[in-house]
Amino acid sequence: MVGTNLDPFSDRYAERTHGMNVSEVRALFAVASRPEVVSLAGGSPFVSALPFDAVGSMIDELVRNQGAQALQYCVGQGDLRLRELICQMMALEGISASAENVVVTVGSQQALNIVARVFIDPGDVILAEAPSYVGALSAFMASQADIVHVAMDDDGLIPAALAEAITAVRASGRTIKFLYTIPNFHNPGGVTLAEHRRDEILQICRDAGVLVLEDNPYGLLGFDSEPSRALRARDEDNVIYLGSFSKTFASGLRVGWVLAPHAIREKLVLISEAEILCPPTFSQFIVAEYLTTQPWQQQLKVFRELYRERRDAMLDALGDMFPAGCTWTVPSGGFYVWVTVPEGLDTKAMQPLAVSERVAYVPGIGFYADGNGRRNMRLSYCLPPPERIREGVRRLAGVLEQQLELVETFGPSAFQATSPGDGPRSWISGPSADQV
Amino acid sequence: MTDLQRVVVLAGGLDFEREVSLWSGRRIAEQLRAIGIDALVLDVDAQLLPALAADTPDAVFIALHGASGEDGAIRGVLDLLRVPYAGAGPDACRIAWDKPSAKAAMRAAGVASPVDVVLPQTTFRELGAAPLVARIIADLGLPLMVKPASGGSAMGATVVRAAEALPTALMQCFSYGHTALVERFIAGTEVAVSVIDTGDGPVALPAVEIVPVRGVYDYSARYTPGETDYYTPARLSAEATAAVAAAALTAHTVLGLQDLSRTDLIVDRDGVPHFLEVNVSPGLTETSLFPMAAQAAGHDMGVLVRDLLHAAVQRSAT
Repeated sequence: MVGTNLDPFSDRYAERTHGMNVSEVRALFAVASRPEVVSLAGGSPFVSALPFDAVGSMIDELVRNQGAQALQYCVGQGDLRLRELICQMMALEGISASAENVVVTVGSQQALNIVARVFIDPGDVILAEAPSYVGALSAFMASQADIVHVAMDDDGLIPAALAEAITAVRASGRTIKFLYTIPNFHNPGGVTLAEHRRDEILQICRDAGVLVLEDNPYGLLGFDSEPSRALRARDEDNVIYLGSFSKTFASGLRVGWVLAPHAIREKLVLISEAEILCPPTFSQFIVAEYLTTQPWQQQLKVFRELYRERRDAMLDALGDMFPAGCTWTVPSGGFYVWVTVPEGLDTKAMQPLAVSERVAYVPGIGFYADGNGRRNMRLSYCLPPPERIREGVRRLAGVLEQQLELVETFGPSAFQATSPGDGPRSWISGPSADQV
Repeated sequence: MTDLQRVVVLAGGLDFEREVSLWSGRRIAEQLRAIGIDALVLDVDAQLLPALAADTPDAVFIALHGASGEDGAIRGVLDLLRVPYAGAGPDACRIAWDKPSAKAAMRAAGVASPVDVVLPQTTFRELGAAPLVARIIADLGLPLMVKPASGGSAMGATVVRAAEALPTALMQCFSYGHTALVERFIAGTEVAVSVIDTGDGPVALPAVEIVPVRGVYDYSARYTPGETDYYTPARLSAEATAAVAAAALTAHTVLGLQDLSRTDLIVDRDGVPHFLEVNVSPGLTETSLFPMAAQAAGHDMGVLVRDLLHAAVQRSAT
């Protein structure tokens, strides 16, 4: 009798696919798309705040007047006009750059991927904040990197922890390829790297010969102050900078970019051309038109005010309703609050209960490569209106109360026992649209 | 034979198994379309009743997994609407959906089922978890199978091999439902036997033997190609093959099921089948057991589903 495993190719896959499987956690997100569920999970921007009529007319004119170019291939590095506009945009964060060193990508997710392909050999170490963006972890792990997390606090990445991590990794004989960091309105942490730490972090990396990969999709979405001066603005030789229009304009266009020192940029272009030939011309033209014909800085103010109101609604609701023992970060921009729940609770284990109560969040383990994060969850306030945020937090508070009752019944150690499949993972599930 | 032109496939819902249900539903709809039937996939939401009222289909195929599709609720609604559907009616579903009730009915019919205890979360709270956990282990021994008293796709299910792992397994189980079914784990051959009835009486399809590569037939092993080896027909003796078919037919008839069902069993070292659970809305995805059995018996899934729907339409007409 010959059996089948339903996969005739199982002995031919590359080693990097090990652990790519259908995930129960991801399956539970399927329910989050239903309107009955308050989703505090996804990082989707509130694009409904865009002036659709004006954008629609703009696109209509674009096709009529520039259709032959907009609907054609473009150069692999990306449209020159857009790259020049990107440089003007980056100047708001103190960056002085040439369009020659900008590569347009399919969202910054593709930028993460081509940087990984250029730098990472199997077993190389990437330093990343603890926690870090799930999509970046996926991109690095797909290139078979070892992720070493570095501690953060309310002021962002801790310089001493970074120095210690570099020393420890080097002592183990392994190679560090770069530090991946999200300095502004961190995803998922919600914190921002303090001004007084920025130069110190760069100095540590320069001294140790560690390249810095700065990911900054939220930098222009601060609530209380002018944009922070980017790490790239302080060190143009040792920083690769990633930007995106997903959060500041429209995530569906999938336009991001990477700004890199000349030698690196050349390799990024070649890898990107091998992957996608060229970034989507139509999307690039739409972004370029938007930046030149629409009051985009005014629109950014609209987004900032809207997200500030939603952030306030979430923080108020958390303060009013979350059980004692829970703590959370207070973001001054961006989309996310990072919650720590009391000892004994497990945010992955309580996810089904949350689905039953019609509320969705992202369990903390998705943002770690080492199995940590069980006492954390990421809550997003970007998409639901304030009253739905409050309702979602109310439901989630009920879920936490039920879990606390379980812990009281079975003891605080019950959720901490190791179960199969836990611990360091060879592959991070995702990122699904609910987790970005 | 009834002329079946337009079929609604219900898929999605709000249960944990929404994703699996959508896979099942879309696949069945494609297979029906391939044989010329106009099949429309609809979710169970506020638009469903107006949609069914505005353009009533000839029949409904329920590809919903989890509560609303299997606990009888949506079938009761379809009865109210007088829309024929393939599968068991609400009363039978309620018993089949509740694993302890189904096990009791099967034991009464002479089919073995693992020794168990069924305990709601409140009982642990009232009596104290530690003494109760100790008593369960003392009485049922190890290993144990802990799973929600209702539900599918192994969600919330854990094999417990060490005493200290039982509280964790129970807590995970209670995240999926209020009541836990704790069974003595039976080592043996895991099989699924599908039963179909297209109008000429229930027939057992070849048993599918399940051998998960990692040893546990969990969610990932069920839906990731390559993680489980399947043998159809199962590598059983002639006696055991007959016994599992008989057990599945018993489940189908004793529980009052109709049209299609899938019974999950463990065959112990002596060749005795032990009933685990029965599914009134079995999975129909690329990696699901019912389609494997149907294919092994020479059925085209689209044709088989059409015939099951025909049987349902005939029944509703009488």
